[in-house]
Amino acid sequence: MPTIQDFQNWPDAHGRFGDFGGQYVAETLMAPLAELTEAYLRLREDPEFVAELDRDLTHYVGRPSPIYHAERLSRHVGGARILLKREDLNHTGAHKINNTVGQALVAKRMGKPRVIAETGAGQHGVASATVAARFGLKCVVYMGAVDIERQKINVYRMKLLGAEVVPVTSGSKTLKDALNEAMRDWVTNVADTFYIIGTVAGPHPYPMMVRDFNAIVGREARAQVLEQYGRLPDVLTACVGGGSNAIGLFHAFLNDRDVRIVGAEAAGEGIATGHHAASLAAGRPGVLHGNRTYVLCDDNGQITETHSVSAGLDYPGVGPEHAFLKDAGRAEYVGVTDDEALEAFHLLARTEGILAALESSHAVAQAMKLARELPKDGIVLCNLSGRGDKDVHTIAAREGVQV
Amino acid sequence: MSRIDRRFSALKAAGRTGLIPFVTAGDPAPEHSVALMHALVDAGADVLELGVPFSDPMADGPVIQHASERAIAKGVGLADVLGWVRAFRERDQDTPVVLMGYLNPVEIHGYERFAAEAVAAGVDGVLLVDCPLEEAEVLAPLRAAGLQQILLAAPTTARERMAKLCEAAKGFLYYVSFAGITGAGRLSTQDIAARVADIRAHAKAPVAVGFGVKDAQSAKAIAGFADAVVIGSALVERLEGAVSAQDIAARAGDFLRPIRRALDEA
Repeated sequence: MPTIQDFQNWPDAHGRFGDFGGQYVAETLMAPLAELTEAYLRLREDPEFVAELDRDLTHYVGRPSPIYHAERLSRHVGGARILLKREDLNHTGAHKINNTVGQALVAKRMGKPRVIAETGAGQHGVASATVAARFGLKCVVYMGAVDIERQKINVYRMKLLGAEVVPVTSGSKTLKDALNEAMRDWVTNVADTFYIIGTVAGPHPYPMMVRDFNAIVGREARAQVLEQYGRLPDVLTACVGGGSNAIGLFHAFLNDRDVRIVGAEAAGEGIATGHHAASLAAGRPGVLHGNRTYVLCDDNGQITETHSVSAGLDYPGVGPEHAFLKDAGRAEYVGVTDDEALEAFHLLARTEGILAALESSHAVAQAMKLARELPKDGIVLCNLSGRGDKDVHTIAAREGVQV
Repeated sequence: MSRIDRRFSALKAAGRTGLIPFVTAGDPAPEHSVALMHALVDAGADVLELGVPFSDPMADGPVIQHASERAIAKGVGLADVLGWVRAFRERDQDTPVVLMGYLNPVEIHGYERFAAEAVAAGVDGVLLVDCPLEEAEVLAPLRAAGLQQILLAAPTTARERMAKLCEAAKGFLYYVSFAGITGAGRLSTQDIAARVADIRAHAKAPVAVGFGVKDAQSAKAIAGFADAVVIGSALVERLEGAVSAQDIAARAGDFLRPIRRALDEA
């Protein structure tokens, strides 16, 4: 790969991030994707659209979210200062709302009265159901039957918000199968339906559009750290499933070459056991869900079932921009195990009074590792992408506690 | 001239509509896959479409998805499918075989390697559902080896783009008859007829119509205006659960023969 001068200027006109991305979809989807690309490229330059989005991000989502110096956690770890970007404080409790507000506004401007979404942990489903209610759109959410079992509270939450939740019983009954099913719905109902993809995967323009809507995380954080500490952080970290919160944090810093970037993937029971979801750390380039990226698959090209304690990271692919950043050497991707994430979850709860989502707990675990390697005046900026209330039952069950 | 082109010229000369059955390779019984292929030809198939099982068949409906899952559970992979085509060619050198599937198994197998092995086995064309014209650069080794890339066209395809597809079409152009997944049941014959007539006037290859064709009646309706009819989900559904070679051949024949007759009467 040639040396990259400007990391913020991707994808190219074909939706490619170097060798990754693109539009690997059936012919039936080419027209709706072209329609969406055209509409989005026009809207993102439209001052009225931008102002409307900003208003909702401020008054509905509650932006900007603070950065918080986790002093007691940092002291416990005994290294650099750990700063948390508090996306858990957003309306609905995670970064996902940044994207769904944006896409719902695009849907509204495109005149589509029905939105569909896929969800793993349920966070994106809740965020989609929320904005559908907010903008008066009909909402159908596809969710793997296994995930429905793991995330009952979020399922009920979506129903309270007026969405229909459709259980998906094919394949591994998790996020990837929900994504397949949502694609099928879209193909069948393109005329009146907008597909709100929840992560930076899928065919172009989704990886670009979802990143753009989440990039506010990094823009805010970069300005906040500069203002409060007078310098940039030494290292960034965020959890990576599909990778939307991670690219959201990373993007504003991509051309700050001195800032190290580390994505934390779900290593599940350990990468060596095969029970994990670390597509970048342990996968290979392939084609899944409309884009070329790193995937977890066998030698026949069959996508393999993944494992993570957190439903939101349980995905065998990853956003193509992360694949690009990995191959270009701009970002590193490492595995964090279920046990390490759980340990970080408890430590953060006890030292800071914050219940982090299990997904985000992977980032916290990685932040702790990175902080240990740095001097006390160093800065580790960690995206606390979501709150953990939704995971309380999972954690209790895992630890044998009756709630 | 390729085997596919020869077959379509012969059909045209005879004034017949082509019949293209689709089966998922390895379903219902991997050990009888070759027997099934021969049975389909005996019942009147002009071109065979063999689905390469994939774990995440985004553009397929539940029937073909479950057939894929069953085949994968029995360990069926691309190498098996190529082996069955090779075995089929021992007795049949004339019926074109198209492999239909998704890109990832081919990508992981390696494009160069796949191209060489597929041609050696006697495969004539590939229809990679998630590889539209815009991404088809990756298939250059397949084209170089002589495999024809079968392209899809859809009701949602815009006029300008349709012109590009018509220009690039090789073997046959596969028109999916409604904007949906395989095997669902919505079909307005008039809409399809008008659109297909327009495509046939411009396409550099014959036009096959599929998706949603399920029996003699619906096939006959299409025979009047298409060069060929593709039947997939309904056939796969009919074969489900068959165990013996005899049962598989009987079910395939019983299903396909009335359709063959209907096409020839149309």
